[in-house]
Amino acid sequence: MMLNKLLSGDFPRSRILAGLLLAIFLGLALAPFIASGARPLNVAATICVFIVLVASYDLLLGYTGIVSFAHTMFYGIGAYGVGLALNGMTPGWGAVSIGLACALTLSLLLALVIGLFSLRVKAIFFAMITLAVASAFAVLASQLSEFTGGEDGRSFKVPEILQPGFRLIDAEIFGRAVDGKVITYYLVFFSALALFLGMLRIVNSPFGRVLQSIRENDFRAEALGYRTVIYRTLGNCLAALVATLAGALMALWLRYVGPKTFLSFEVMTDILLIVVIGGMGTLYGAVIGATLFILAQNYLQTLMGQASEMLSDVPFLAQLLHPDRWLLWLGVLFILSVYFFPIGIVGKLRAGVRRKS
Amino acid sequence: MSEILLRLSAVHTHIGQYHILQGVDLIVPKGGLTVLLGRNGAGKTTTLRTIMGLWHASQGTLSFAGNDITRWPTPDIASAGVAYVPENMGIFSDLTVRENLLLAARAGELDAARLDWIFGLFPALRKFWNQPAGTLSGGQKQMVAIARAIAEPRKLLLVDEPTKGLAPAIVHSLITAFRELKTTDTSILLVEQNFNFVKSLGDTVAVMDDGRIVHAGAMDQLADDTALQQRLLGLSLTAHE
Amino acid sequence: MTTTAENRAEVSAALADSAMALPRLRIDYQPLLIIPLLALLAMPLVGSFPTWVTLTVAGLAMGMMIFIMASGLTLIFGLMDVLNFGHGAFVSVGAFTATLVLLPMKNWVQADSVLLNLSALGLAVLLAMLVTGVLGWAFERIIIRPVYGLHLKQILITMGGMIVAEQMINVIWGAEQIPLPLPETFRGVFVFGDSAVEKYRLIAVGIGLAVFIAMFLVLNRTKIGLLIRAGVENREMVEALGYRIRRLFVGVFVAGSALAGLGGVLWGLYKETLTAAIGGEITVLVFIVIIIGGLGSVGGCFIGAILVALVANYAGFLAPKVALVSDILVMVAVLLWRPQGLYAVAKR
Repeated sequence: MMLNKLLSGDFPRSRILAGLLLAIFLGLALAPFIASGARPLNVAATICVFIVLVASYDLLLGYTGIVSFAHTMFYGIGAYGVGLALNGMTPGWGAVSIGLACALTLSLLLALVIGLFSLRVKAIFFAMITLAVASAFAVLASQLSEFTGGEDGRSFKVPEILQPGFRLIDAEIFGRAVDGKVITYYLVFFSALALFLGMLRIVNSPFGRVLQSIRENDFRAEALGYRTVIYRTLGNCLAALVATLAGALMALWLRYVGPKTFLSFEVMTDILLIVVIGGMGTLYGAVIGATLFILAQNYLQTLMGQASEMLSDVPFLAQLLHPDRWLLWLGVLFILSVYFFPIGIVGKLRAGVRRKS
Repeated sequence: MSEILLRLSAVHTHIGQYHILQGVDLIVPKGGLTVLLGRNGAGKTTTLRTIMGLWHASQGTLSFAGNDITRWPTPDIASAGVAYVPENMGIFSDLTVRENLLLAARAGELDAARLDWIFGLFPALRKFWNQPAGTLSGGQKQMVAIARAIAEPRKLLLVDEPTKGLAPAIVHSLITAFRELKTTDTSILLVEQNFNFVKSLGDTVAVMDDGRIVHAGAMDQLADDTALQQRLLGLSLTAHE
Repeated sequence: MTTTAENRAEVSAALADSAMALPRLRIDYQPLLIIPLLALLAMPLVGSFPTWVTLTVAGLAMGMMIFIMASGLTLIFGLMDVLNFGHGAFVSVGAFTATLVLLPMKNWVQADSVLLNLSALGLAVLLAMLVTGVLGWAFERIIIRPVYGLHLKQILITMGGMIVAEQMINVIWGAEQIPLPLPETFRGVFVFGDSAVEKYRLIAVGIGLAVFIAMFLVLNRTKIGLLIRAGVENREMVEALGYRIRRLFVGVFVAGSALAGLGGVLWGLYKETLTAAIGGEITVLVFIVIIIGGLGSVGGCFIGAILVALVANYAGFLAPKVALVSDILVMVAVLLWRPQGLYAVAKR
């Protein structure tokens, strides 16, 4: 039936999971009208983008078995491509197209080079090298200030229909003005949805199955006649292209690009955390993980701030719970998830079903 | 009947999902040289590695010199008096020949008298004493590997296909070395495919196929019986001359 | 086999020939030439000799400090096959621990006496190495031991450990930058003819050389060093020779972490202001250096560290924009020449 085709046969396989996914889908689809104000909408848009970004990383890590730290680089390329084009040219869809085309081309080239380079070196080398490359790229972005805006990044104007001042209809729906922001949101939402479903299609195709077999045992895959080189490189390129698109979407939403937002190591650790907690090799893990993570990142910090204030007479505890120390708890959670949630939330939910049946 | 030094009872070993040893019953008597024959893939190397504790038996028991070593970690098995010369010789290429042998001397220094005896077996070692072992030829490395295994007295020597890829002249010197070793207190379990090499050396023989022992007995018996050789090893003696 | 007298003579002769043939002695000298050649090449490019001296000493000093920080990691990886992406945490902890000694001991630090200054530094180094050593022991037990052999998990968990360590530094020492003042007699420069050389840099070079020589002696003249070198090549065989090499692992990990702590103290004094991220910032550079040197080779790490530091300093003078990515360019160049690093360890 139609749902089967849409999800490419990759069902949630757990009622709780299906319920969660449906809730998230509805929440994101109706976000502009559920809550008012800029912040909730920003959270929702960030969730959409991160779902795509992390899912593309899951394609690389969970399905192909490649550990790479260069993923934020592609995210950044997408963002800077669109952002710099809109900044340098008249803000319009022409600029967006050109910027996007350049970004995708650059990402493809880099992904090819990196993918082929991974042949000459072992997996551990490869991971460390991608780390070095990504950090070099971040340094370049912040140092070539005339071009990229340096550390502070660049703000830019988006096409008219996406601008906050633009009104599609004069009336308000559920208290939300249908302005450029809302339109941008739905651009982000539907693009993210399309990309995610596209990735589901890819991993459930014969191509995706070969990727998984390579991850399991690449000697055997090679012996069965699959040129693992080609598949790995293709996997690399696909993941990079999707990440680039995610970056472009985010740039359009924020109307800003900058190294800290798009190229920093924090983003890479966020991606890793989400993919591990959500569940590697499931794609749905990216959905659950990203939602949980972004919600926590925004709202938990407020909670932490309140708790820290309450404990202000015990300085050590107050310091531990200070909202700036958000990363501390992230790190602890990270370590605990690697130990106790190796299959992630999605894996745990699915395992629960199997045990019952 | 001589004493039993090593006994494997119904030993199974799995590597990942591959079931390599499928119920091995093997006895190595004390003193003398036991040969383990079999074609490629029969499980001979796996047997040695299981004895050494590098891979653990999933079923069955191994006992050595009165101890149940089935679950023992490798260093303990080595300390109990087992020395191992693997197929790839396990030489440390960046270390000199001297340093390679020094590692075998757990007490600290090598016994001078013993060292002289080893130089008698392998005179070439004296020449390369301070060369990095990685620069030696295959035959020279094999000598180092064996010398290292006997640098201190051991109860049992496990040797995996020592003649593989070696020139006949070197093989000849190995035969002499093993003959001398047999006169000491050390028992030897030798894995080989070259029947010619072992028929004059071996006292007892076991033949392995598909992860099981399919024949065990005295070497003389097998050496005299060409029909049995044909059946077990798929070759006749003359083919190897 | 025939046994006539002739044949026996033939066999003996062949034996003598092949067995006695001395192997060609090959010392891999090419990487050793890189540093001198680079320095010589830079001289005409830089132009002025005094500037060249300053740059070269700066490069040597920085290289030594990086070597100290990286040497532990390359051994840990070579011997234990453990990827500690959190190695930078020990650098940070070392640097911050030094503040516990150097800040209170103001009179020793600000005194114009080499003896007092050195003693203060010595105490700071001792405390830093002790703390990072203990931290390393705990790290190995709690974080690393459960994930031996599982590279992906190691990468993830050690990164998590790094984040936690950095944040804990912020909790304990606060989130602002902390100044780490150089002791009085270490400030300033020595003047040789026209060249000015910073005193502290010479000290760093001295300490770095001392560490290198000490490591060289331990690795090449002691039984433990022998075990480490053998274990880096073939862990299994060392166990088959009767050694419980896992016990050695903990020792090497603790030593490596303590070395990182020492490096952290020196690096912190070099930078003169500390932030919790000081170790994280250097992580990429340390990785690059151990890749260049060859995972598991201390000698390669030494050359790699000095190479990267010299190039960074020369490039910083000649082409500043390039200098920022010079370390990556050096890494790519070296890997194109030798894909396993300068001195690849012969693996089983």
